[in-house]
Amino acid sequence: MSATAQQEQWTEVITPRKGLLDINLRELWRYRDLIALFIQRDIKAQYKQTILGPLWFLLQPLFSTLVFFFIFSRVAKLSTDGVPAMLFYMSGVVLWSYFAECLNKTSNIFTLNANIFGKVYFPRLVLPIAVVFGGLVRFGTQLLMLVLVLLFHVFFKEYHFQPNAAILLVPFLVLLLATLGLSLGIIFSSLTTKYKDVSFLLAFGVQLLMYASPVIYPLSATGGKLRTLLLLNPVTPVLETFKFAMFGNGYFSPAALGYTAIFAVVTLGVGIVIFNQVEKSFMDTV
Amino acid sequence: MSQPVIRVEELYKQYRLGLVSTGTLVHDLNRWWYNIRGKDDPYEKITVANNRTQKVVSDYVWALQNVNFEVQQGDVLGIVGRNGAGKSTLLKILSKVTGPTKGQMKIKGRIASLLEVGTGFHPELTGRDNIFLNGAILGMTKAEIKSKFDEIVAFSGVEQYIDTPVKRYSSGMYVRLAFAVAAHLEPEILIVDEVLAVGDAEFQRKCLGKMKDVSSQGRTVLFVSHNMTAVESLCNKAVMMEQGTLSKQGTSAEIVDYYLHSGSFDKRQINFEGLQNAIGNSEVKILSAAIENKSSNDPDEPVDVTSAVDVTFTVVNTSAANRLYVGFDLRSAKGETIFGAGHKFDAPQGKPIEARCHIPADLLNDGHYTIFTYIYTAEMRQLFKQEDVLSFQVKDTEREAGFMGKVNGMVRPKLAWDTKEVQLV
Repeated sequence: MSATAQQEQWTEVITPRKGLLDINLRELWRYRDLIALFIQRDIKAQYKQTILGPLWFLLQPLFSTLVFFFIFSRVAKLSTDGVPAMLFYMSGVVLWSYFAECLNKTSNIFTLNANIFGKVYFPRLVLPIAVVFGGLVRFGTQLLMLVLVLLFHVFFKEYHFQPNAAILLVPFLVLLLATLGLSLGIIFSSLTTKYKDVSFLLAFGVQLLMYASPVIYPLSATGGKLRTLLLLNPVTPVLETFKFAMFGNGYFSPAALGYTAIFAVVTLGVGIVIFNQVEKSFMDTV
Repeated sequence: MSQPVIRVEELYKQYRLGLVSTGTLVHDLNRWWYNIRGKDDPYEKITVANNRTQKVVSDYVWALQNVNFEVQQGDVLGIVGRNGAGKSTLLKILSKVTGPTKGQMKIKGRIASLLEVGTGFHPELTGRDNIFLNGAILGMTKAEIKSKFDEIVAFSGVEQYIDTPVKRYSSGMYVRLAFAVAAHLEPEILIVDEVLAVGDAEFQRKCLGKMKDVSSQGRTVLFVSHNMTAVESLCNKAVMMEQGTLSKQGTSAEIVDYYLHSGSFDKRQINFEGLQNAIGNSEVKILSAAIENKSSNDPDEPVDVTSAVDVTFTVVNTSAANRLYVGFDLRSAKGETIFGAGHKFDAPQGKPIEARCHIPADLLNDGHYTIFTYIYTAEMRQLFKQEDVLSFQVKDTEREAGFMGKVNGMVRPKLAWDTKEVQLV
């Protein structure tokens, strides 16, 4: 073997632009320990120096549910599709807050971690991925609380609980929420590095989007154009399918779920491509 | 045969100055429009070289411009240059923190840098958690960290506090722990940016020690420093950066010599022809001034910490006074005054007079110095003052123990000591 051929065995070549699909998944895999440690960090650090600690995981959705219960069920008297109002709101809140958390927390990943990113390299996707997986811990405990509230209704309120086979879809629903949150989040985070306007937009955008999703009202309460519009929201089929699986009341359509799945995969693809392009130069603009 | 481990080819880095605002969006769209038509970036043409001495007229500057070099396996390469010459930008591209605008950089092996000390430390987490987190951020796997964990803790000397949140650590403990993690990385290429490590002498020494370790194992080191003595004694090769370009490369001795004889810290002499060109005003002029090395036969020789130095001013008095007071402050590169000195003497009008101040040997510490000059009448009425009239560098000399970092203090006098045996009482 000639000396020149040997010299050309570089482990890495740094060039200005990456190809659109030049995504280094193997590198991401190599950093899986870092993903685990970031998840651990977020969980450990979040409730340090609080008295209630991880109990806050539960208090936040509990209070939201109670507020919704009083305002929308007692005062506004909105329909809950025959489902006990507490259960209806809580399931909406728990699912929605997981989606919102994934979206909100990934959307400022670049700006929030600029000091780390400015000093050391690791695949930037590590952080949003850690956020999404870390959120699962919280989501899991909240889901457990939902089950407890459900049991409470079964035993003390004579609620007739009739789950159906669609309940097997729940892990898939969570996957859809995570993917949607992650991909929209990284698209937004890529945009905020240069234009901070986007973060203002997002802050109230997520809140508004909640009202455009069947969280506090069932899809069945809407009709006509409004219903079509709601079905365009990719989160709608997830929420409705969950309610269908748990309570038997809700809109279950494989086509609508398929729409969400395609939407999620496409945005994830777009998100990763954009993120990948931005991660190289964002330190200069952030 | 030694192999290249880093090859930098025609590297360019463009930075945009100024604020991100509505105008940025217009530029972005414009650039994108050129890009999809397959044309060059329209803003490349108006990008100017990075020159701090001039007011920049364009919104875009080149932080790096056509940089080419190669580093061989086992080299200890010094990167020298003034602030803003592009050294840190070069390191940022090497460590993949930011990407180049044009050109490419090829690397063989894992890179780690000592400028990342403590990156990602979370104040709420314990020392133990932070060792794992920081190690993983720096590119180690969990298993690697686990196997070195005891070593890292022992090296840091914070065993007792390993399960305490690091926000309760003293700053010294914090740095020691952070450094311990970085020191246990085993990169093929180590980057040490001494410029960022100033302020903590112990830390600096540890960095230098780690560097020697790494290079003695045949691995490659890139060392950025303003300390020419360190570069000369630790590096075998060096490159000099000026205004974003790599102006010279060679052995460390060649580059250090070039550095000391170029640019703003080597204004050892000023000399004006005729009174009309001289600095000053209608009352007094400075015709010439110089820093002379009195320990050498050649007054222009580089000055080191053992040299006796003369500071001279040739002044012409054109004021009504017949006695002048000429003085100067010796200032460090950071602008602190080390000491001031002045002298009163008879100065007949219109006649050039040379005033000479003798700074004894073994007094100045190594570093960069500037001279701030002021002239008064004997009655202390100010006639003239000017900053940065002269500037020069004092080099360290190689000590018996080898280079161990800068000696603390503004001055470094050689003082008399003696020892004698005493009786036990």
